[in-house]
Formats: sequence, structure tokens, C-alpha cells
Amino acid sequence: MSDDHDHHDGNADHELRVSKIRDGTVIDHVRGGQALNVLAILGIDGSRGEELSVGMNVPSNRFARKDIVKVEDRELSQDEVDVLSLIAPEATINIVRDYEVVEKHRVERPEVVVDVLSCPNDGCITTGNEPVTSRFEVLEDAVRCSYCGTIVREEIASLIDTA
Amino acid sequence: MRHDHLITSKQLSRADIETILDRAAEIDADRAAVADRHAGSLLGLLFFEPSTRTKMSFETAMKRLGGDVVDMGSVESSSVKKGETLADTVRVIEGYADALVLRHPKQGAAKMASEYVDVPLLNAGDGAGHHPTQTMLDLYTIRENAGLDDLTIGIMGDLKYGRTVHSLAHALTNFDARQHFISPESLQLPREVIYDLHQEQDAQVREHETLEEILPSLDVLYVTRIQRERFPDEDEYQKVAGEYQIDEDLLEAASDDLTIMHPLPRVDEIAPEIDGTEHAAYFEQAHNGVPVRMALLDLLLSNDGGDTDE
Repeated sequence: MSDDHDHHDGNADHELRVSKIRDGTVIDHVRGGQALNVLAILGIDGSRGEELSVGMNVPSNRFARKDIVKVEDRELSQDEVDVLSLIAPEATINIVRDYEVVEKHRVERPEVVVDVLSCPNDGCITTGNEPVTSRFEVLEDAVRCSYCGTIVREEIASLIDTA
Repeated sequence: MRHDHLITSKQLSRADIETILDRAAEIDADRAAVADRHAGSLLGLLFFEPSTRTKMSFETAMKRLGGDVVDMGSVESSSVKKGETLADTVRVIEGYADALVLRHPKQGAAKMASEYVDVPLLNAGDGAGHHPTQTMLDLYTIRENAGLDDLTIGIMGDLKYGRTVHSLAHALTNFDARQHFISPESLQLPREVIYDLHQEQDAQVREHETLEEILPSLDVLYVTRIQRERFPDEDEYQKVAGEYQIDEDLLEAASDDLTIMHPLPRVDEIAPEIDGTEHAAYFEQAHNGVPVRMALLDLLLSNDGGDTDE
């Protein structure tokens, strides 16, 4: 079974708009509009020459619209994909080798995410010039800064530290 | 009590709290017995915000235990003015002192600082976050006046930014205490404090906008300053300020045994006519800062965990 010939949604024609990859990772079933945030949370911006394919708002049976992200020549670790759960809880991760999906797994919510999000509280010690790494506890429906305690439920993607 | 640092009241169990309060009561009853207990020890005072009561009571407490203090002084006269980080400052002062007391305008400052030092660090207020040593003296005062179980307490004023309130509310969940929070809508408890209270399955909490409906049932009324500077304009402040002032007329509806507390400084939340009544416990509360901080320092500085059976 090839990575983007995974026909769960029966929309092969649409998915083929995003080219197949030989080796790497396909992040599928990302909620429509979140693909760029997925890249941001993984720290992937293309500046290191990574070969990327991004499909946004393609038709899906599971969601009305979904995004797909394909990263060539890079296999994401479980830690990396787990932080995706904050913005793409239904995502599936396909590890591709020689055009074949060799591993397929769902994201899982981690207990903490470190050095991924920035605290929105201007009064938090992590927003100053201190040598402190951001740390958020993952709650059932939110994240919480381990330093100031601020809870964020909505707009978690806006906290992604892209610096 | 076995903790390296005191950062929030959330880290303290009921047993921890009772250990601290019992030790404070022992010290209060016989201060001479501990007069030399920590002779030669030095406490580092790092106050990045102005403070009168907290700073002086820590200084007094350490000296009454036979120790002394080294004081960073004002921010303006310190290396902070040159751009030194808090992480560096605490690592330097750690080399001079046996324990550190930190007040800082940023929330989470004490937690971060504690990650850089091995000596005990006590949070003396971190922005709008926590103030656990104030909470210990508040609990000590409540226990002396009303007891800590089967307690109905009203906590009134600026609940949004009031760090003493945040620490006290969580500590009270260790006891059979019904907590009523009274504030203007704009100054209600932050959602992270509400979240913590709801996480405590036995926490009994309610929110109100006026005091009158709940006043007759209260054993304790804990008042904090409605901070004028928090309001976008003076008119908005004036609309609510009068609703949250305590005077003799208002107290006609209260129990004769009502204890009124305030972490001080007050502005006009409590009329001076209340000061001479049996209700007023706020100056006693401030005085309790010394024995309670003596107890905390003794427990944190002692290798024996504060065991006095020598």
C-alpha cells in the first residue's frame, strides 16, 4: 500500500494532487487549515532544504476538509508526533520507505510539551530574557504553563513558538 | 515537613500545614527557646518589588532565630539594573546565604529560580501568582480565631490579581471550609485558580458579586484591596468601590463572632471604626508573620526537619 494511495477517504484523485514520496513521513487527517501549524510545531520551515508537500482543505470523508503534510527523507519520532496532538488530535502518521507505508500510528497526547509553545501571559517569567525553557502540562482539553499556571483552551496553535 | 523550597501552597498537604502552624504556635509561646537555634545562618533577601511587612517580618524572624540576613537592596542599586538575569542573581546569592526569600513581579519567577539553586527558596510573592508564606500566617490567624474546620469564609476584593487569595483558596481545600468569593465581575478569580479548586473534589466554593447575601453566615471575612489601577477608568472603579467597603452599619448583619482579616496595606476597604472592635484581626494577622516565618525558616533550615526533641 503506498502512502498517498491510502484510499480511506475514496478521494484518490484529490490526494494525488500532492505527490507521492519515496522515503519520509506522511501526516494525514490533519484538520483543515492546520497544516502550516503542524509544520510550525515540528519546527519545519523548508529553510534546511527539506522537500515538503502540503495539501490543504482537500475533501475527506472523515472531516469535510482535511490537510495532508508529507516530509521527504525524514521519519518523525514518537515525541515529535505526540505534540501534534495539541492541534491535530485525529492525525495519522505514516512512515514511508521506498514508497511503501511501513508504520502507521495515531498521535497520542503527551503529559507535557517542552520548548514548543510560548506562554501568552506577558507577566510570566518565561516571556522575559531568562534562560528558561517553556513547559506546558497537557490537560484534557487545554494546556497549562508550568511556570505561571495560565490555562489556554482555544487558539493553542497561536502559541507555537516559531522563533 | 520535608520540602526543599516553598513555591506555592499547592505543594503543602494538610499535615504539612499543621506541622508549620503547630511549630509557629510553639515558637509564639516561647520565643526564647529558639533564640539561638540558627545562630550563624544567613538568609538572602531578594526583593524585586517593594515590600514592608513581608520583608521586615522575614528579617525579624531570621534574627529572632539567632541568624542574620543579607539583603540585595533595591533593584535600582543592584546588578539587575545592569541587565543581570534572575537565574544568575539567585545563583550568586546562593553562594552567600543558607536560604533565599524571593519576591518578583513575574509569575513563575520563584519556580524558575528554585530550579537554579540548592539552598531552600521561599516564594514571597510572584506577580499575580502565589504568596504561600502569607497564606501560612493567614491560616494561623484563622485557626486562632475561628478554627480551620467547619469554617465558612468570605474572600472579597480583587480576586483576579490578588496572589494572597490564590494561595489561600487552594490551601483551604485541605480543610472543611466553605469558600465564598465576592468581587466585581471584572475581578473574579482567574480560571486557573478555579480549575485548581474544581480539581479538589471536596472543595466547596461559590462566587458572588455582593457581600450582603452571604455575610450573616460567615465566620471569617478576608478582605483585599480593590485596586484602583486595575480599572480602565475612574468611573468604573467608583461604581464598584463602595460595594466592597466594610463599616459598622454593614456589620449589623454579621455574626458577633465574625473575624475580619486583611493582608494589608488597606486603603479604604475597612473603616477605621472597625479597628477597635472584636472583629478586627488584621493587625494580629500581620504580627503573626514573625512566628510563622520563624517556623518556616526553622523547618527548612533544620537538618532534623524541625524536630525540637533535642
